[in-house]
Amino acid sequence: MSRSSVTGPDAFTGTTPDTALRTADAEQKGAMLAADGTPLKRSLNRALRAQKLRALALIAPLLLFVVITFIAPIADMLFRSVENQIVVETLPRTVATLDEWDGDGLPDDATFQALSVDLSVAAELKTHTRLGSRLNYENTGLSSLFRKSGRGVDEIGEGYLDQFVAVNPAWEDPLVWAELMGDPAWLAQAREADGAGPRFELAAGIDEILPRTADAYTAFADIVQTVDNDNPADEEPWAIVYQMLYLDLMDAPQIDGPPLLAEAAAAVPGFATFPAREGFAEIDDGWTDPATWRTIKTFSGPYTSGYFLTAADLRLTPDGIQREPEETRIYATLFGRTMFMSLTIMGCCILLGYPIAFLLSNLPMRTSNILLILVLLPFWTSLLVRTSAWKVLLQEQGVINDILVWIGLVSDGNRLALINNQAGTIIAMTHILLPFMILPLYSVMKTIPPSYMRAAKSLGATDWTAFWRVYFPQSVPGIGAGCILVFILSIGYYITPELVGGTTGTFISNRIAYHISQSLNWGLAAALGTILLAFVLALYWIYDRIVGIDNVSLG
Amino acid sequence: MGLPPYASTGQKIWHYTFLVICGLIFFFLIAPIVTIIPLSFNAENFFTFTPGMLAFDPDAYSLKHYRDFFTNPDWQQALANSVRIAPVATLLSVTLGTLAAVGLSQSHVPFRRLIMAILISPMIVPLIISAAGMYFFYSRIGLQGTYLGVVLAHAALGIPFVIITVTATLVGFDRSLTRASANLGAGPVRTFFRVQMPLILPGVISGGLFAFITSFDEVVVVLFVGSAAQKTLPWQMFIGLREQISPTILAVATILVVISIALLTVVELLRRRSERLRGLSPA
Repeated sequence: MSRSSVTGPDAFTGTTPDTALRTADAEQKGAMLAADGTPLKRSLNRALRAQKLRALALIAPLLLFVVITFIAPIADMLFRSVENQIVVETLPRTVATLDEWDGDGLPDDATFQALSVDLSVAAELKTHTRLGSRLNYENTGLSSLFRKSGRGVDEIGEGYLDQFVAVNPAWEDPLVWAELMGDPAWLAQAREADGAGPRFELAAGIDEILPRTADAYTAFADIVQTVDNDNPADEEPWAIVYQMLYLDLMDAPQIDGPPLLAEAAAAVPGFATFPAREGFAEIDDGWTDPATWRTIKTFSGPYTSGYFLTAADLRLTPDGIQREPEETRIYATLFGRTMFMSLTIMGCCILLGYPIAFLLSNLPMRTSNILLILVLLPFWTSLLVRTSAWKVLLQEQGVINDILVWIGLVSDGNRLALINNQAGTIIAMTHILLPFMILPLYSVMKTIPPSYMRAAKSLGATDWTAFWRVYFPQSVPGIGAGCILVFILSIGYYITPELVGGTTGTFISNRIAYHISQSLNWGLAAALGTILLAFVLALYWIYDRIVGIDNVSLG
Repeated sequence: MGLPPYASTGQKIWHYTFLVICGLIFFFLIAPIVTIIPLSFNAENFFTFTPGMLAFDPDAYSLKHYRDFFTNPDWQQALANSVRIAPVATLLSVTLGTLAAVGLSQSHVPFRRLIMAILISPMIVPLIISAAGMYFFYSRIGLQGTYLGVVLAHAALGIPFVIITVTATLVGFDRSLTRASANLGAGPVRTFFRVQMPLILPGVISGGLFAFITSFDEVVVVLFVGSAAQKTLPWQMFIGLREQISPTILAVATILVVISIALLTVVELLRRRSERLRGLSPA
């Protein structure tokens, strides 16, 4: 916004509360009173405040609307570019135990046990596949690993289940478990209730005697109630709960609990062991690869710079930041191409726009107004219409190639490939953005007095010198404004490159769209978008310094 | 830019070369739009002039692509959606935008620059970024894939145009008129509707037209925020161009060109009227 704004308080010439206040300030020696007897200064202050509030009240609805419908979405995108809650939300226990792992070899058994609980929960909630896709961006293969493990995780601990049942068949009874783990008051209500019943509550003190079992059983009860809408008192616990019971009983030499528990505690030292680690190795040997674990640990934080690094062709690995291998460095190429093509389009727009703006500003008003319509018509025509026109004209069997063949410039067999490549994008976008170059140039050139050129010529300058030394420097602000406008618009363009650009003429925005709708890597799309946005805002800041956003005119 | 009588041969050659160059550039600007108009009457499903068309054979021309547009349920659905979305979005942005523009034109507005920057931002941010952000955020709050979501998104995109045109009209507004009206006993609401509104109406209408065109022509945001049930005319054209390009697109394009010529005329007339009302000579 330019500082020469006409509506600013300082530019206002009449008496306003503000200027009157200043006058009052300057003149006031004794207390000057307003008509109602209050000191004038206070009365004017009140009026000024009321005026400010009134203005804000008029603006507030729209401001609120824009903040909710537009600013919040942009903020959401910025947030998503660093957000990485999914790992810690899906695998909370695993992430907690991995904290102590030093990254050498495989993590300890506690981690595998934590993973078995987390994965059982995730498999029921079906979040393990999403986590798999997320981690697959960082380590290819993890997607199938998680899918497979989600299917196989309910077998982990089955060995213990069988052994506990062999000791006493009562272990198979859901009610026995509910009595052991649940709060008696909860159980009484749960047995009366239909469906899920009241929310599961752990019996007092059980989490001290059997901490891991209590945790696994709580997770089980929660899933049974929220996902399946069943009563935990009617459902047999997951196999991993038996595994946790085994581990708890092995760790606690002294059990003072119900006889059933004491009986089991006496039996467990004789049990065959089925470590969770081996269970996972059986499902997929990806779990025995330390790289899998290092990836999970590296991306376990709630926020990550991973997406931005990917957007810069870097990769966050457990060993630090590394460059992508040569063949997968696509983003630098893509950003480079976006820059290069935007600059080319901008250059074409100057070349084509300058003569037109010069002609329009030097013709009599009547003629130039008519010719201006030829510039405004494309400006007002639907973008899709212009793109379809180019798609039709530039085809191999299209009008342009037909004419070239007819003239004889090109033989019928060698029709030019004008579409689905960079040439197509540059031609179509130059046409689409040309009015944005001509209009600012024209508005600047109109203000250059023709007498300057005449003066230069009468002082002996040739036509060229007069133009180059006198006229051109005065038109530079217009070129600057037009260039920035065209450049900003073109680096964010999506539709035209998508339709006429093929694979070599696409921009970074096409990649963003691809990640949103096809690869579903939203974080990367958000990171690419954030980089593009930062770039555009920087350019706008420059534009604002040169021309002022207030001076954007709309034809 | 006439040529002086004493111009040398070189100057004459250069002068006419320059005019020819300008002519070619104007041709470049207009030709693509003009070419599709006759092509849309092609009797064949081709995208180029058939020998029959070049010979002006009446049989080579037909209205079949227009007939397809008016009978094909896909296109009719798209047209209906466009007509349902654009006016509502325009109404929203014009109402809120005019109100805010009046507020912004007061002489004392705290944080004016910041507020202006926020209100103009939907025009500055590249559409693909707005679309991505809105897609993420609207899916969170359940607006993605709904009619309301598309209308809100389009209203947000139209607001900068309303703000810019209406504030520009208000710059030339003589504030002593509102004071005179207040002096004669009219309340602020009455003053607004009876004195201020008629004078800034041309600006409001042209801002509304810009907002309407923005929504009617918009495809990136609706592609992401909308679902198949909100498929608009530009969306249908986009699909048509990307997948199975059919000559019906040319008929639709021709209709849209006619609409934009009509809108351009209206905006131009409004601009002149506004300048006359403000006592400025047409610039």
